[in-house]
Amino acid sequence: MRHIISLLMENEAGALSRVAGLFSARGYNIESLTVAPTEDPTLSRMTLVTVDSDDVVEQITKQLNKLIEVVKVVDLSDGVHIERELMLVKVRAVDKDREEIKRMVDIFRGRIIDVTDKSYTIELTGTGSKLDAFLDTIEHSTILETVRTGASGIGRGERILKA
Amino acid sequence: MNTELTGAEITIRCLQEEGVDYIFGYPGGAVLFIYDELFKQDKVKHVLVRHEQAAVHAADGYARSSNKVGVALVTSGPGVTNAVTGIATAYMDSIPLVIISGQVPTYAIGLDAFQEVDTVGITRPCVKHNFLVKDITELATTIKKAFYIASTGRPGPVLVDIPKDVSQQKTVFSYPESVTMRSYHPVTKGHSGQIKKAAQLILDAKRPMIYAGGGVILSDAAMQLTELVRMLGFPCTNTLMGLGGFPATDKHFVGMLGMHGTYEANMAMQHCDVLIAIGARFDDRVIGNPKHFFNEERKIIHIDIDPSSISKRVKVDVPIVGSVSEVLVELIKLLKARKEKPDQIALKAWWTQVDLWRARDCLKYDRASAIIKPQMVVEKLYQVTKGNAFITSDVGQHQMWAAQFYKFDKPRRWINSGGLGTMGFGLPAAMGVQFANPRGSVACITGEASIQMCIQELSTCKQYGLPLKIVNLNNRYMGMVRQWQEFFHGNRYAESYMDALPDFVKLAESYGHVGMKIEQPSDIEGALKEAFKLKDRLVFMDFITDQTENVFPMVPGGKGLSEMILV
Repeated sequence: MRHIISLLMENEAGALSRVAGLFSARGYNIESLTVAPTEDPTLSRMTLVTVDSDDVVEQITKQLNKLIEVVKVVDLSDGVHIERELMLVKVRAVDKDREEIKRMVDIFRGRIIDVTDKSYTIELTGTGSKLDAFLDTIEHSTILETVRTGASGIGRGERILKA
Repeated sequence: MNTELTGAEITIRCLQEEGVDYIFGYPGGAVLFIYDELFKQDKVKHVLVRHEQAAVHAADGYARSSNKVGVALVTSGPGVTNAVTGIATAYMDSIPLVIISGQVPTYAIGLDAFQEVDTVGITRPCVKHNFLVKDITELATTIKKAFYIASTGRPGPVLVDIPKDVSQQKTVFSYPESVTMRSYHPVTKGHSGQIKKAAQLILDAKRPMIYAGGGVILSDAAMQLTELVRMLGFPCTNTLMGLGGFPATDKHFVGMLGMHGTYEANMAMQHCDVLIAIGARFDDRVIGNPKHFFNEERKIIHIDIDPSSISKRVKVDVPIVGSVSEVLVELIKLLKARKEKPDQIALKAWWTQVDLWRARDCLKYDRASAIIKPQMVVEKLYQVTKGNAFITSDVGQHQMWAAQFYKFDKPRRWINSGGLGTMGFGLPAAMGVQFANPRGSVACITGEASIQMCIQELSTCKQYGLPLKIVNLNNRYMGMVRQWQEFFHGNRYAESYMDALPDFVKLAESYGHVGMKIEQPSDIEGALKEAFKLKDRLVFMDFITDQTENVFPMVPGGKGLSEMILV
């Protein structure tokens, strides 16, 4: 099963490599990983997506908790949560495709953030499956480049993760 | 105004504040300022080893036998890479160490400087935590944190990497009384609801079994464990790491369990209905194949300080996270307060069964052999030392025979590399044990293959006058490798024969020690007695043993506990 794990950790050099090292050392798989400092610059917030059995994911959260620099760990998939991912896509946009692509971007509530006479660069936010769906709808051969951030997640309602 | 100290002075002052009496190390370019400060004081005594691996093993033996934090000091680059085996050894067995390593100056880091390695990167997977100190003002707090992290929770090695320029810079020194870290709060007290559940399971047990591991030793809980076992009258087994956690001469003790555990311990593990696992982690050498283990139904209580040890290989029914000693105190209190006792008739029947298994006499060997049987050497060593020695071992057959035949009644007397299985551990670890216990008898049970992995330390032993007794079970083979080749690889002894061995007697003598070669079974006892009489000399006893002797019982890899090969 797919799990989305959120963690707060000390914003220190090497903290990220401890998490990444833990996953490779114990043979856990990482589907995506995002990390950036929080409103408190001494803390980083990381979102990790992994697909494995519940037993393995239980071990993953326990092992993450053991890392000295990790302050809090929560498996967001244990409750209701929201997740979003940002994607930038550069597509070839010429002739009649220009209008078609523009329409698709509007339908998916994305934005065109850079335009040349031959291309668009599109910004799109949503769940991973929405981003996949967008890529499926546009002609594959027009896609020049995609960049995805991987999922960021947050609990719904009052559910918060604080140091 | 407060006077400013250099990073090197601060490092030594921190060690003094922590009450460190011995550190084990080897100098080099990046730690020269620190060595200079060591030279100027005499509170922290430095032991010069002959290889950095030995520095860490010695600090490790010191820690294991004393329950203090062991400290090692090594230089950058090869100093650190040599130390890695020692660090990983301590990590696998959860031994509290602080390793201080020199690093190239901060301005040279990342430039492939002379003797530069990414120490924090290399050691990261085999330390509890590590630090690179780039700012002199954080040095004292970092060292305080290192000792705190190493010695609390599930203990482990912590490395502090100090660049050379940081050891030279100056700042005002103040050593923090304590440190708090928002991200590190080791649990010690067990959940009372869980302890209640455990007590109920214990009272309902018909075929109970207590399985106690290294956590009992690390948590100094041997007394509580002994009280619990005697109060309940249950059978008790120890893991390789747990030996001495419960007195081996007690009638409730059924011996070590696992791959080379006794028949009775393994059968009781397999057939019990309530298993109380205490500071043990169900590792592959202990329960064999987990699927086979679950062919029999049983309820499992698991007490461990590390939540990640629980339900890692084996699903348990009542997990209790906490320090073994604190949880056992609570559990004993609770059981005493209850009026009921476990079903005594069922318990008696269970003991009858266990005693039947015990009657199989699984550790028997040919006592009339004309060639020295290694088991007999260990038995005689036990008799001659009256079970009071500190025993270190290397890794292989001799380690298993030591574990099977030396009866440890006290904790912290059996010092071996259980998790990593590091050949070369025994001699340097024995040095650390001797420093921590200057009046104790210390013997290293080893083999001719293992001893050669850190043989250079005979020189260190001479320098510091360490009167170790080395019991070399010399069968001219890497015995355990040979045994597996005999059992599982069609007697093809690929590269396991130890050719071109040195004359160990002359070797010992060349280092200024006493050497003995013993070839007759009738000479074993006399040689041992004579060796232990030489109170201030290291004696290297080279016992020429049976080349074909195997360690039994044996649970082959991937098999279940009740599928032992027996003699």
